[in-house]
Amino acid sequence: MNPVNYLYLSALLFTIGGVGVLIRRNAIVVFMCVELMLNACNLAFVTFSRMHGNLDGQIFAFFTMMVAAAEVVIGLAIIVSVFRARRSASVDDASLLKL
Amino acid sequence: MSSAATVHSLWMTAADAPKRIPAPHIEYGQLSPVLIVLGAAVLGILVDAFLPRRLRHPAQLMVALVGLAAAFAAVVALAAGGYATDKAHPAAMGAVAVDGPALFLQGTVLLVALVAAFTFGERRLDPAAHGRPVDSFAAQPAAVPGGEAERAAVKAGWTTTEVFPLMLFAVAGMLVFPAANDLLTLFVALEVFSLPLYVLCALARRQRLLSQEAAVKYFLLGAFASAILLFGIALLYGYAGTVTYSGIADVVNGTVRTVDPVLAQTMGNDALLLIGGAMVLMGLLFKVGAVPFHMWTPDVYQGAPTPVTGFMAAATKVAAFGALLRLLYVVLPGMRWDWRPVMWGVAIVTMLFGAVVAVTQTDVKRLLAYSSVAHAGFILTGVVATRPEGISSVMFYLAAYSFVTLGAFAVVTLVRDAGGEATQLSKWAGLGRRSPLVAAVFAVFLLAFAGIPLTSGFAGKFAVFKAAAQGGAVPLVIVGVVSSAIAAFFYIRVIVLMFFNAPEEGGPSVAVPSLLTSTAIGVGVVVTVVLGVAPQYFLNLAGQAGVFVR
Repeated sequence: MNPVNYLYLSALLFTIGGVGVLIRRNAIVVFMCVELMLNACNLAFVTFSRMHGNLDGQIFAFFTMMVAAAEVVIGLAIIVSVFRARRSASVDDASLLKL
Repeated sequence: MSSAATVHSLWMTAADAPKRIPAPHIEYGQLSPVLIVLGAAVLGILVDAFLPRRLRHPAQLMVALVGLAAAFAAVVALAAGGYATDKAHPAAMGAVAVDGPALFLQGTVLLVALVAAFTFGERRLDPAAHGRPVDSFAAQPAAVPGGEAERAAVKAGWTTTEVFPLMLFAVAGMLVFPAANDLLTLFVALEVFSLPLYVLCALARRQRLLSQEAAVKYFLLGAFASAILLFGIALLYGYAGTVTYSGIADVVNGTVRTVDPVLAQTMGNDALLLIGGAMVLMGLLFKVGAVPFHMWTPDVYQGAPTPVTGFMAAATKVAAFGALLRLLYVVLPGMRWDWRPVMWGVAIVTMLFGAVVAVTQTDVKRLLAYSSVAHAGFILTGVVATRPEGISSVMFYLAAYSFVTLGAFAVVTLVRDAGGEATQLSKWAGLGRRSPLVAAVFAVFLLAFAGIPLTSGFAGKFAVFKAAAQGGAVPLVIVGVVSSAIAAFFYIRVIVLMFFNAPEEGGPSVAVPSLLTSTAIGVGVVVTVVLGVAPQYFLNLAGQAGVFVR
């Protein structure tokens, strides 16, 4: 199968994630959409790695996974602490900081 | 496909005798600034794990200060050893550049962090709770604000001493970020300095809901921006088949030596390069806080604990502009006719938007946030110069601006009423009559922000505008001067408010700080005045350091 098809899939996943970040209200879902974008990046990395015949992209994918894991730790900690304080994880309710 | 066979051969050699993998050659001495800071951060975690609570705060402060000072000494030693000029080279298998801009910006970040650590350690401003001194950070950040657990933590006199290791980890990332010489190091360094900052934003002692909200906003937008940066990196990797800066630059310039059929195919696809480059730029411009990626700046600056805001505003800008310069000047100089018009537009919009919106602000921290947006625009005019003067003037501006910012936010921590810091601008009326010294110091910082002669702000603005004009960006300079004039209006308005308005009844009072914050503010004033009165030495220093290695 032509590896370029995987690039199209990766671009599609990235777009779905990006749109999700912009339109979803729940902070957890927004964060899941960010993770979807990171996974789309990983798919692009391994596809390009295969096309070019070197391992840089695959190694990059490992680092992306590690960074995503660290981001989950930080992100869930922050989102959960906000949820415990407000009983809501909606990004629309968090609106104390305004002009 | 021939390339597929080469990939398979990478993991299908198991039948043969295992090949000897050469150990990577790491120049530990030249990476010592980063290693010292990381070591101090790990030591800080051990301190937090094993020392009794009452000893933790002084021990953490000492570890942070000694670690940052030692790392700065290492940077100075490297620069004195010629690594900024003739011995500049890519270290650690080409992953990290040791050159003039890297060392200059690392030194700046370390000095900024050293001064910021003083403000982190301040415990004299708030009245002691239950007989124990308190700092700007929450007693127990995991406890629900206003809940029983929080009251118990305050009563027990707990403090979040983890802020010091978190800050040190962030500093380590900021040291690597402007020195990163491949896209993998760039991405990892970005996350290493961003993740601790997200946590630090959530740790304010007062107004914890605001602080947590700021952290959520910063985190979600920051993660979104780094995902965009990462996809840009993926596309650039697809374009060039490598993630090293020099390799990509070779492919962009068309000077690559061996072209296999796949590379020839992807090299011909300019969409990969243009979209990938644009997405990486977006990620960096987000960290810089340039319009239209500035949305997070005012909210996060307002909600975060003020010492963290000062540190973040100063050090993040230094690190992010360093990375931006290296990307544009080392990786993408071959396509400067594509990115220069875009950066022109971003710089113009950023300067005007920051200056105009700041006029309407009613909160000191938000005012300083929009002013930082405007300053990002001024620095961008130096970036688009695409001349050696562009690099050195941007580095000088960053050094000058970061100390003004640190000092200004340190003054904000002093003006307090019963609810903590009084950041409402209306409450600052008549501050000059109540405490002339603090108001005068703040006025010096505001004048430096406005770019009045004899302050560092003027020298910095003059340098970047001169570089931009020499680089043929005269319209940009005109817009810059106009927006400086608009910005000067609201800086002067705050000065008028402080000195010529009558103080309100029951207005805020000025807390008497300990030696820590006094030192931080003093350093800010001294640097502002020295860089304003005698900038030549430091301009020369930045000029000597202004050559990237490839």
